[in-house]
Amino acid sequence: MLRVIVRRLLQLVVTLIALSALIFIWLRNLPGGPVEALLGERATPERRALLTKALGYDQPILVQYGKFMQRVVTGDFGNSIRSGDPVTEVISRAFPATIELALAAMIIAVGLGVPLGYLAARWRGRFLDNLTIAGTLLGISIPIFFLGYLLKDVFTQNIHWFPPSGRLTTGLDNTNVTGFFVLDGLLTREFDASADALWHLILPAITLATIPLAVIVRITRASVLDVLNEDYVRTAEAKGLRHRTIRGRHILRNALLPVVTTIGLQTGALLSGAVLTEKVYNWGGIGTLITDSITGGRDYPVLQAIILLAALIFVVVNLLVDLSYAFIDPRVRVR
Amino acid sequence: MSLLDVRDLSVVFQRRGERPFTAVDKVSFTVEPGQTVGLVGESGCGKSVTSLAIMGLLPKRGNKVTGEVLFEGTDLLKLRPDDMRDRRGREISMIFQDPLSSLNPVIPIGIQVAEVLERHQGRDRKQALRESRELLDAVGIPDPQRRLSEYPHQISGGMRQRALIAIALACKPRLLIADEPTTALDVTIQAQILTLLKQLVDETGTALVMITHDLGVVAGLCDTVNVLYGGKVVERARRHELFAHARHPYTHGLLNSVPRLDSPRGERLHAIRGSVSDNIPWAEGCAFAPRCDNVVDACLEGPPPLEPTATGGDLRCNNPVSEEVAVR
Repeated sequence: MLRVIVRRLLQLVVTLIALSALIFIWLRNLPGGPVEALLGERATPERRALLTKALGYDQPILVQYGKFMQRVVTGDFGNSIRSGDPVTEVISRAFPATIELALAAMIIAVGLGVPLGYLAARWRGRFLDNLTIAGTLLGISIPIFFLGYLLKDVFTQNIHWFPPSGRLTTGLDNTNVTGFFVLDGLLTREFDASADALWHLILPAITLATIPLAVIVRITRASVLDVLNEDYVRTAEAKGLRHRTIRGRHILRNALLPVVTTIGLQTGALLSGAVLTEKVYNWGGIGTLITDSITGGRDYPVLQAIILLAALIFVVVNLLVDLSYAFIDPRVRVR
Repeated sequence: MSLLDVRDLSVVFQRRGERPFTAVDKVSFTVEPGQTVGLVGESGCGKSVTSLAIMGLLPKRGNKVTGEVLFEGTDLLKLRPDDMRDRRGREISMIFQDPLSSLNPVIPIGIQVAEVLERHQGRDRKQALRESRELLDAVGIPDPQRRLSEYPHQISGGMRQRALIAIALACKPRLLIADEPTTALDVTIQAQILTLLKQLVDETGTALVMITHDLGVVAGLCDTVNVLYGGKVVERARRHELFAHARHPYTHGLLNSVPRLDSPRGERLHAIRGSVSDNIPWAEGCAFAPRCDNVVDACLEGPPPLEPTATGGDLRCNNPVSEEVAVR
């Protein structure tokens, strides 16, 4: 088990190094750049040259990359060109917002998706099943930004159930502990802040959850259908076990293996979905930071760090998924 | 009163848009307490469906079960699903053909045995596991303490079937249905499992319904044998009668297709012509007629009735093999 983890972590390091080189070269070949953004279109060539030199962008790209990597291993990703703050600080300000949103979306997707998928399989071919299949098709095909604006329009403009944007009502004071606003409110006993944050979280989380939810429902349904035909489920019935035992111990435990894998693979979809969702609801997380860093003048250091972070999250989540597999399925453990 | 009295049991599979298919056609047989009864026939003759119908384990939709399954006088087919659930595993148990796929791959053996005891005997987990160890020991699994925490893929095929037998007999049921329990096992292991089954049902007084296509299994185990063909009982006899004087041409053919050590050298094995797919519907005659060596005109004019024989059995044949013709 330990050897597997070590091997996977080494693979992760190699992946990240290759990816960092790719991003580095790709970003610097994009049209436009921080110099133009900072100085404007009408700056003199002399001033441009001066700033380019000051930022170190006049050196060969390999030298730039070498210096970048040198600093990265010490945990220094440089400073944001737009704000001048250290990149690590900029990201750690935005990071919890996105994680909070993604976690909420995942809780909705798993919490709703697994039971729905199970029920659809159990009532295969009946009304609920057909409804679920139609619903998931809609969920997978509807573009996130469209759904986002639709929900926002209906639930914040027509019926005022939820706030249209942001993470907290303006003027509400909350103490920042972890950056997860709902959790912070609970930790500091500022329950009004917690409730307000949750109230703001619901619409964006639903928006972001639709695709993973639809995928999880479908995978669960297909997987449960497979397991229902297994001989060991018949054995469990022949033992006269209660429905509850058969469902939890004999069906779901086996059926959840593919679902767990899916959850890992959906991390990628969740990260890209977060960019769009955050834009719609003005969420102020990593997604917002990415769009702002691209449109607001190619903030190289921030972009590099975010993309590496996203890759790191994806790989780590999938490593955790593989490890959890070994916990659920003893046949994986022995190998 | 018989322990199990199956009367006119029929199972018709009916799927939307398809013609209904009668898998089991008015099958009747009885099992006395402690008796071992065989249900014999080839694939598709309805023997497994019969057992699943008795257990109430057929899918909820797509089939129609009629007739009566009287277990100590109670019609199991009329029981509420929850009442049947209370009896399964406690009064009637079943073991299946493939021991690997019949055990849950992600649950330790110990729990899979213990959960029956927890469900039906009200044991707590600790006590159930202690009893499970004794059960595994009783079915001849070596080092039972260690097996409790092992998973099905970690033990051998023979041991898996022993574990399933332990599960089935955990609550000392009065009836055990064994559906081809040795088919998926090595020949050397088959004999061990059969010996174990025989020993256990003798010790506990459990009645056994043995479902098999293997006449060798029948010879070693069964008191009475029901031969099924095309969903109907075609011959019923006590074991010795059946092996000495098989009357139905199908049974006769089955017996002659078994290689024997005492047959003359160079003699060819007898095979029954054709396959189950040649069957004609019972409504039009004897389903076996197209494959039968003894076929007469009457066989194609309607289903022959099941009639008592002089030796105390039953036979469904217009032109049976004469009693003088012993098997080879």
